Amino acid sequence: MPDATEIARDAIARHGTAPVQLLAVLHEIQRRYHGIPRAAMEVVARAFGRSVAEVEGVIGFYSFLHERPHGEYAISFSDCPVDRFLGQDELIERLCRQLGVAPGQVRDDGRVSVETTSCTGLCDQGPALLVNGRAIPALDPGRIDTIAGLIEQRRPLEQWPGAWFRVEHGIRHPGPLLEAPEQPGKALELALELGPAGVLERIERSGLRGRGGAGYPTALKWRYCREAPGEHHVVCNADEGEPGTFKDRELLRLRTGDLVEGMTLAAFVTGAREGFLYLRAEYGFLAAELEQHIAERRSAGLLGHTILGREGFDFDLHLVTGAGAYVCGEESALLNSIEGRRGTPRNRPPYPVTAGLWGRPTVVNNVESYIAACRIVLQGAEWFTRHGTERSRGTKLLSISGDCARPGIYELPFGTPVGEVLELCDAGEPVGVQVGGPSGTFIAPPEFARRIAYEDLSTGGAFMVFGPDRDPVAIAAQFSHFFAHESCGFCTPCRVGTALQQRLMERICGGRGTVADLQELEQLAGLMRQASHCGLGHTAANPVSDTLARYPEYYQARLQGAALQPQPGRPPADSRKEVARDA
Amino acid sequence: MPEFLLDGRSVPFEPGQTVMEAAIAAGIYIPHLCWHPAFEPHGSCKLCTVDIDGRPASACTRPAEAGMQVTSGSEALRRLRLRLTQMLFVEGNHFCPSCEKSGDCELQAMGYYLGMTDNHYPHFYPRRELDASHPDILLDRDRCIFCELCVRASRKEGKSVFALAGRGPQTRLVINSPSGRLGDSELDAGDEAAGICPVGAIVRRNTAYRVPIGQRRYDLAGIDEESLARERPLLGRADGPTED
Repeated sequence: MPDATEIARDAIARHGTAPVQLLAVLHEIQRRYHGIPRAAMEVVARAFGRSVAEVEGVIGFYSFLHERPHGEYAISFSDCPVDRFLGQDELIERLCRQLGVAPGQVRDDGRVSVETTSCTGLCDQGPALLVNGRAIPALDPGRIDTIAGLIEQRRPLEQWPGAWFRVEHGIRHPGPLLEAPEQPGKALELALELGPAGVLERIERSGLRGRGGAGYPTALKWRYCREAPGEHHVVCNADEGEPGTFKDRELLRLRTGDLVEGMTLAAFVTGAREGFLYLRAEYGFLAAELEQHIAERRSAGLLGHTILGREGFDFDLHLVTGAGAYVCGEESALLNSIEGRRGTPRNRPPYPVTAGLWGRPTVVNNVESYIAACRIVLQGAEWFTRHGTERSRGTKLLSISGDCARPGIYELPFGTPVGEVLELCDAGEPVGVQVGGPSGTFIAPPEFARRIAYEDLSTGGAFMVFGPDRDPVAIAAQFSHFFAHESCGFCTPCRVGTALQQRLMERICGGRGTVADLQELEQLAGLMRQASHCGLGHTAANPVSDTLARYPEYYQARLQGAALQPQPGRPPADSRKEVARDA
Repeated sequence: MPEFLLDGRSVPFEPGQTVMEAAIAAGIYIPHLCWHPAFEPHGSCKLCTVDIDGRPASACTRPAEAGMQVTSGSEALRRLRLRLTQMLFVEGNHFCPSCEKSGDCELQAMGYYLGMTDNHYPHFYPRRELDASHPDILLDRDRCIFCELCVRASRKEGKSVFALAGRGPQTRLVINSPSGRLGDSELDAGDEAAGICPVGAIVRRNTAYRVPIGQRRYDLAGIDEESLARERPLLGRADGPTED
């Protein structure tokens, strides 16, 4: 194997030294050397005009980059309650036993490392793992055994069965957005007729709000950016990291044209000439197709110089692949990551619309928002407002996973009650539903009449169903682990608060909790919500405070000295098992 | 001059000033650890959390606006700041009686100011690497509170000796040198970055007991009084955000 500095120089020669290429260079070194040792950091730092400490800081921030080499086969199992329901823990144990490696460790010969990573966006076809960044869904014990054999034989991934890497589309319930055929270039032609003001007016009339969950009016964002002076940028947030969501995975494959066209429309309105699509590292398997699509649109005159022959309409798009950090879904953290920095959220104001990438006015929207914007320009505001509610227009894509017969992607009009969604996916009688992922709302059966809408249950699209035998406390504990793992560490309340919350939940799940611990959890939740720097900290206590409010009896049953009484639909043998696992 | 209301008092400000800067200029103390008048605001310690028109905000990063209603001196905010201070205590290893910074330490002084009588939270007892490789400066990472004042100061001095690495509870201070050790870095004892640490993480060696206990900075005055006296004359020295 060439040495790390050689690989680093090679990667730099291939990608160049623009700041946006830093993650690409680090990814390549990681892939080829399995780690980024200090000697390689020095080469990278010199080339990018950064200090070695800064490069070390960037590497240390992202879960998929490591100073210490990982295995030649680096395996990361998706760690998400849904994957666990599907037997993930047993599979990890099985693989580690066969390979003779401890979880979180690299085998002595450097051949293999096995660890867990935050939800990889394959909950509808889990359990899933990533091997050297490539996704393998639908794992079972037989496949695990074969994988162990292939690794022992040192067979390159290209020789592993290709069918293993196939990710199903999983569209269960298409709606107007997923059903409409793509018409490449058509929305841009219309935009040229309408002019930027006409496009804005159409989107404004549609009432389109950001599909990431925050619900900011898209037209307003584009307008503010358009009015801000200077060079502009357009960014797509494809860092779909919320546990339990995976609909962007399919939109990126099935609606690539509408997505790129939506971004080009934003560029047309704001005058941006350069855009970035920030793809989560877990979706790295989509990168090649996306690059190819972008190249095809360039050849077709739909990207690049003089788009559709219009003088001065120039816009090009670049793909940036993240490196494993949930917080980069926060828009200002995402911008820092594109700039090749640690993905800590910025202080706001100023907001990205006035000071985004390199301090320039920047539109940041999510995948689904750009696609909706494209369809609205094509089919008119009235087509869009036919669906949804007064304050939540259109349809919403839901990623449904967990205890239901039909997990997958559902496009439903805003305003659909949770109960109706549960019927559609054949969920039976769940103990609860996590709407919007752990940063969203955990609701109990009395609330199943509530609606998917910005004014009621706002969601980026995750919809995790928990069956009658599941324990909300154990699930909340897993999510508390997730937030402590993903906290960027910038601000005190989130850095320390998420760690304290995780410890308290471990105590409670271990049967060592007290009533005072429950009160402490509530106080911590208030503190993180009030004082944290960004949305991650503001919502990091949601699973705990939601379940504390809705399932107090489950918590009480876990407390120290409390007699273990069988819960309805939850035999005590099961509870002992879960306690042991979480302890 | 435009004004806003801070705990019922009118505070004038120059456009572009933050709530913190205007308050300090008016002689009103808002607790803070990561803010320093000579550097661009950071907003990470969250001790300066105030209530602005009913919503929480960091005074050090929020630009002042005419007519704002700012609350800083409430009992609820004292409690919040107390908890944040306790969080900083338990996540590191802060043992005041054995720390040479005792009496000069802003974290300790903040504890006194907020009426802290216990840690409230369980200790994390982290295991962090101590760096004694520099002849004139000691780095005890156990006491780091991640305020990044050393990072900012060293960047401003053109050396960029410090940076943060890791993430979340694993965040750690790293050194820009071939070995990653302080002794091989460009840091000099005379650098502002070597003396800016508000706690005992970066200390100049051989200076520890020149001033006896009992006569140290916060033995003579509370952090509110001391902070105003020291920081008010420095207002306006901060540069805009610097590239890192």
